[in-house]
Amino acid sequence: MTLFIEQCLNGLQFGLLLFLLAAGLTLVFGIMDLVNLAHGSLYMLGAYFAATFTAVTGSFLLGAGLAIAATLLVGMLVEVVAMRRLYGRDHLDHVLGTFGLILFFDELVRLVWGPEGRSLPVPSWLNQSIQILPGIQYSAYRLAIIVVTLAVAAFLYVLVMRTRLGMLIRAGATNREMVGALGVNIKLLYTLVFGLGAALAGLAGLMQAPILTVQIGMGENILILAFVITVIGGIGSIRGAFVAALLVGFIDTLGRAFFPGFLADLLGRQAASTAAPALSSMLIYILMAVILVAKPQGLFPASSR
Amino acid sequence: MSRSFTFRNGVIAALLLVLILLPAYVMLTGDRFLLTLFTRIVILAMAAVSLNLILGYGGMMSFGHAAYLGIGGYTAAILCFEGIQSGFVQWPAAIAVSALFALVVGALSLRTRGVYFIMITLAFAQMAYYLASGMARYGGDDGLAMESRSQFAGLLNLSNKTTFYYVCLALLFASLFLVWRMTNSRFGLVLQGVRSNETRMRAIGFPTFRYKLAAFVIAGVMCGLSGALIANHTDFVSPAMMFWTRSGDLMVMVVLGGMGTLFGPVFGALALLFLEQFLPAMISAMVRPFNPAGAAKAGEYWQIVLGPLLLIIVLFARGGIDGLLGTLSRHLPGSSERGHG
Amino acid sequence: MADALLQVAGLSKRFGGIVASDAIDLDVVPGELHAVIGPNGAGKTTLIAQLTGQLHADSGTIRFAESDITKMPMYERSLIGLARSFQITSLFLDLTVLENVLLAVQAHAGHSFRFWSDARSDAALREPAMAALARVGLADRALQRASALSHGEHRQIELAMALAGKPRMLLLDEPMAGMGPDESARMVAMLRELKGGLTILLVEHDMEAVFALADRITVLVYGRVIASGRPEEIRANAEVRRAYLGEGDWERAHAR
Repeated sequence: MTLFIEQCLNGLQFGLLLFLLAAGLTLVFGIMDLVNLAHGSLYMLGAYFAATFTAVTGSFLLGAGLAIAATLLVGMLVEVVAMRRLYGRDHLDHVLGTFGLILFFDELVRLVWGPEGRSLPVPSWLNQSIQILPGIQYSAYRLAIIVVTLAVAAFLYVLVMRTRLGMLIRAGATNREMVGALGVNIKLLYTLVFGLGAALAGLAGLMQAPILTVQIGMGENILILAFVITVIGGIGSIRGAFVAALLVGFIDTLGRAFFPGFLADLLGRQAASTAAPALSSMLIYILMAVILVAKPQGLFPASSR
Repeated sequence: MSRSFTFRNGVIAALLLVLILLPAYVMLTGDRFLLTLFTRIVILAMAAVSLNLILGYGGMMSFGHAAYLGIGGYTAAILCFEGIQSGFVQWPAAIAVSALFALVVGALSLRTRGVYFIMITLAFAQMAYYLASGMARYGGDDGLAMESRSQFAGLLNLSNKTTFYYVCLALLFASLFLVWRMTNSRFGLVLQGVRSNETRMRAIGFPTFRYKLAAFVIAGVMCGLSGALIANHTDFVSPAMMFWTRSGDLMVMVVLGGMGTLFGPVFGALALLFLEQFLPAMISAMVRPFNPAGAAKAGEYWQIVLGPLLLIIVLFARGGIDGLLGTLSRHLPGSSERGHG
Repeated sequence: MADALLQVAGLSKRFGGIVASDAIDLDVVPGELHAVIGPNGAGKTTLIAQLTGQLHADSGTIRFAESDITKMPMYERSLIGLARSFQITSLFLDLTVLENVLLAVQAHAGHSFRFWSDARSDAALREPAMAALARVGLADRALQRASALSHGEHRQIELAMALAGKPRMLLLDEPMAGMGPDESARMVAMLRELKGGLTILLVEHDMEAVFALADRITVLVYGRVIASGRPEEIRANAEVRRAYLGEGDWERAHAR
């Protein structure tokens, strides 16, 4: 039971983290109609930046803040230099162009930080367990991730639903010319939105960094998960991304935790130990296939498309 | 339509000649490495040709095509592992399993469009990837070695590098011939109509789904066979063959060479693998005059050039290499005074 | 009318509170060119969409060649000989003009699981396609890409595609829309040639063209048929005049 609750919390934490990535992807897709494979590279950059800045400043919080700012800037730079030229082209161009960017960023990171991975230690003040329920301890760091991501989700909700910028974002998604005609600088709006998506990816990367290692290609696996989430949720829908992210987080985590035991009963311990992680990874893709076959536009199709 | 001699056709003829005569050159110079490289190019060109059938002619943006390389390869390697070494069994089995996989994936994913199609094909490829990592008996993540190459009852010895090269080349030519006939047939015309305007195709009375599915399966089969060749070539299969970035590589080959053109994917495979092979040395050579010590190291970072190059090609040269050759053809003959400007 | 090829009876369609078609009755007899006119918002587009099967009626029936097609899907209607040309041209722009028409022929020539022989030189496809192109005057542009042709020529391709299926009846949805005077005149001349050999239902804004071509005219206003008859009857109809009062179209058509 204790294990189950702990794994549920892990699932929540992972799902919320995935939401940060998926939110950026789905915003960029919904508003600029752009498929951005390089989103995972920004996640990776966030982690590398945080590792470096934390080491330099000696403070995790300061390092994290600087890393977010740096990913935001890199994101805006990428938008101005490359992405801007891809708007309005077909999705194949997006896939190939941003695939090129992945190669570039992977190699750039190798050039700057070297081929070995980095590690970002959990800050000492979070490196402990907290009693959350009688008899149940949980990692303070993971709890902090849950709190931060929930706060960010709330911030996004308010930003998109309650502010002028959010109104422009929603209007821009449905009627580009109109927003332009209202005298809004649509180019700047797009740059900001892309930067925001990048910063969210960077935040996800740096928060995940102490749990996993910081390494080249770390963005490529998780990017696909984030894409699966945006597709399951309905491309362009933040709400859909939120629901789908939690769904995927839970299935992935609980699958990894309990599927092996289930499989061991079925196949025997030896076979299960290798097969289980792989098969539980498959669960998510099976889920996606099932959802898309039933609802080809995802769970929450954005009304405008 | 006209088959007159143009610069482009000249280059294509030269390319085919080089591919055919390569083993002779290798024999003269003893450069075995070149033969290995070209075998790989030929096999991947065949995979790219198959992707081009659905992507270039049919407009179906499949982002999971590398799955078939893995499925074909694994089928051959697993049969070999289980003691069935005959190519007469292995290769048809690779074809059959790929066809089945393509049929299921196609039937489910061709209901979706646009980005959803890109992502669902990707998801199925990831499933295949994780399935392979989960097969403990067949090496899991570490992959599976193929103890001996496919046996053809003494008719062919695939362990002979030159023989193997010619087998691969023959299959590439067969694929090209097949795609050529198909794209000019009624079926091919339907496929191109679907790429161009699927709504209209349905409005004038074509049940487009079944034609798209048929093309999807044919492409899967062709790629599955090239997967069996890859397994023979490297004597090894692993889940990494199916990772989504490999599917990206195949897409890059098709677009780099020229989508929806017969020989485009061959040029694309050649160009990408050449870049992979020789870009490091080129970078080193360029850096050497400025920084002799760092030159060798600089060469390792060749993808930092390849990535932006890809972006530039997408932005400014959508026709790919074939399109470039076409442009040159129009400028070169008869107007030599203008150069190629 | 018993010998009507197309027979529409009591066709109605509403969108929320708006009545787009209100108990429309319409007969088209074989060989005639029947025009449907009406001011903007009269429900012409809805009518065409119902005839082609894009929209399904709330009530009423559509009979074509003695069979009820009210619930028949779009592509089947095209296969039984009810061809349409689109108001917004929807061609295969990256294919050649000939290939566009070849596909239209091929759609009516059984299944297309033929992988081997060259479709472009297949006489069973090529001859009807070239004949259709010749009829609309585009035979000499057959090998050009559709995207290289002008807007007016795209309409001609549309017409050729509709003809290529050897239809029993042609639905033409504003074939003159967006055309210059020269192109319009060419289209009118072409339709006049087709007329007689083919039954045509023409929905058109260009009054000049309608009165020049139509055997009979049906006038729609607010989804209702307010008049139906020969051009001179329509011209003299008081209700029609009232509906069009102040509309430049009518004045212009009348000034002739």
